[in-house]
Amino acid sequence: MSNEPDGLRKGSSRNDAPVATAEPASSSDSARVSPADAFFKNLTRSAGLGLLVLIAAIAAFLVLEATNALSANTGNFLTTTEWFPNSSPPFFGVAALLFGTLLTAVIAMVIAVPVAVGIALFITVYAPRRLATPLAFIVDLLAAVPSVIFGLWGLIVLVPRMEGIQKFLTEYFGWIPLFATQNSVVGRSVFVASVVLAIMILPIVAAISREVFLQVPIAHKEAALALGATRWEMIRTAVIPYGKPGIISASMLGLGRAMGETIAVALVLPASFGISWKILSPAGNTIAANVANGFAEANTVGRGALIASGLVLFIVTMIVNMIARAVIARRREFSGAAA
Amino acid sequence: MATRIDVSGLTAYYGKFKAVSDLHFSIEPKSVTAFIGPSGCGKSTVLRTLNRMHEVLPGARVEGRVLLDGEDLYGPGVDPVNVRRAVGMVFQRPNPFPTMSIYENVVAGLKLNGARKKSLLDERAEQSLRGANLWEEVKDRLGRPGAGLSGGQQQRLCIARAIAVEPQVLLMDEPCSALDPISTLAIEDLIAKLKSSYTIVIVTHNMQQAARVSDTTAFFTLDKTGDPGRMVEMDKTEKIFSNPTEKRTEEYITGRFG
Repeated sequence: MSNEPDGLRKGSSRNDAPVATAEPASSSDSARVSPADAFFKNLTRSAGLGLLVLIAAIAAFLVLEATNALSANTGNFLTTTEWFPNSSPPFFGVAALLFGTLLTAVIAMVIAVPVAVGIALFITVYAPRRLATPLAFIVDLLAAVPSVIFGLWGLIVLVPRMEGIQKFLTEYFGWIPLFATQNSVVGRSVFVASVVLAIMILPIVAAISREVFLQVPIAHKEAALALGATRWEMIRTAVIPYGKPGIISASMLGLGRAMGETIAVALVLPASFGISWKILSPAGNTIAANVANGFAEANTVGRGALIASGLVLFIVTMIVNMIARAVIARRREFSGAAA
Repeated sequence: MATRIDVSGLTAYYGKFKAVSDLHFSIEPKSVTAFIGPSGCGKSTVLRTLNRMHEVLPGARVEGRVLLDGEDLYGPGVDPVNVRRAVGMVFQRPNPFPTMSIYENVVAGLKLNGARKKSLLDERAEQSLRGANLWEEVKDRLGRPGAGLSGGQQQRLCIARAIAVEPQVLLMDEPCSALDPISTLAIEDLIAKLKSSYTIVIVTHNMQQAARVSDTTAFFTLDKTGDPGRMVEMDKTEKIFSNPTEKRTEEYITGRFG
């Protein structure tokens, strides 16, 4: 995963380390840089700087818009669950939306990631080549399809058929608080929204996991087999540990998509504001869906409030990504980057 | 623990390509047997048929019999997983599991066999690392990544991993070809030591190495590209290197061919 040189990789390369880690020649070579080199260097530099400026401008705009709305807010933005930014005085908070966003995204991950990893393992390890090649092609193809297509399919085909599963869950597992319901079971629940999200992110997580598993060196797989590992034991000893950083990255990409998904969730959830763990009850909302539902009829403060909620989503996504990076970095020296 | 190997009528294929044809030979218990020969002669293929690693590659298959103390590895109902637990293997490039520590690497095979008791694992880890002449170098950093060791140490770690499950036979596929001379010497010393407990078969490109470490040497060759490899002769190592029966062998070991 990393291109950083590792001087300890092999005994014989230790002696070469001082040479290999010598500073990239930039200052000493600058005297004889060709015009094409200079042009390309400036091109890439301005592209990089331009991106930073763009991000800063967006952030400044969002913060400015949000601050106006937040200063008009009579509620606590972080703890209030109601959302009345268009009334006067405005009273709104992101708590219920944030809760809904995290809950749907996490349930979607719990459903999608194991299935996606299973698909990837089947294609890379179990399937005969005749089957693996077309399957891999299809998964890659599906990953390239915009997720809203899966969302629509989920809504039209899946949601009407989810009622039975939901009834089953609440009847036999209702003793688990998560599956309890206070009123009748209908399609429009957090659970159904999560299933739709799971279907949306499944192909991308599966496609990336497959790529990752393909990178596992044959030497490691053979090492496990030669120790008398069965195929599943080989997967557990060599394939999954090696692919773990990649699976985490793929999951984060899926999580980002799940948290940012708008239309599908907006269509499924009844857009109620409240914090409830009862995922089968018809309730719930997410930040992205709320933006989609509310932006058209929002006044200035209302728009600022939605932008503020968007900033929260931005920050949460960043925190989740940073945690994921930290998890990967913690075991970096065991990641296989050195081998 | 050591075991004799009797091979008869062994033919190995990669898809339609016949890699080696109709081999017959025997390997004595507690001896070191070296396979030498030019590239592509099928010596590594033969080695990999001895623990059923050959068939791991897509399209690869084997005909003939490989008897391990009289029991056919390719008999009906024989699970290749059990074969590989009895016949350990060390590969050309050191391949410790990069996601595991030194300790975890050594006990990986034991854990696959279901061993869970910490005291037993600790004991076997030390015993195997001592067996592989690596204990003194790594005993203070067993929790460090196995991939952080030098190449020679990694290869000895792989040998420790292979002998930790106490196999009957140890196969080595050019175990020193990726190592520097000092690490090579360390591995050769180790082979001499391991001979007292294991039946060892080693593939090597280095004829001096074959002469140094082995009791018996088998010379393989192929007549032309596309033909299956064949065994020219197999005899006591000193005889192969001083007075071989076949002219081809003599040409090869004196460097006039191959």
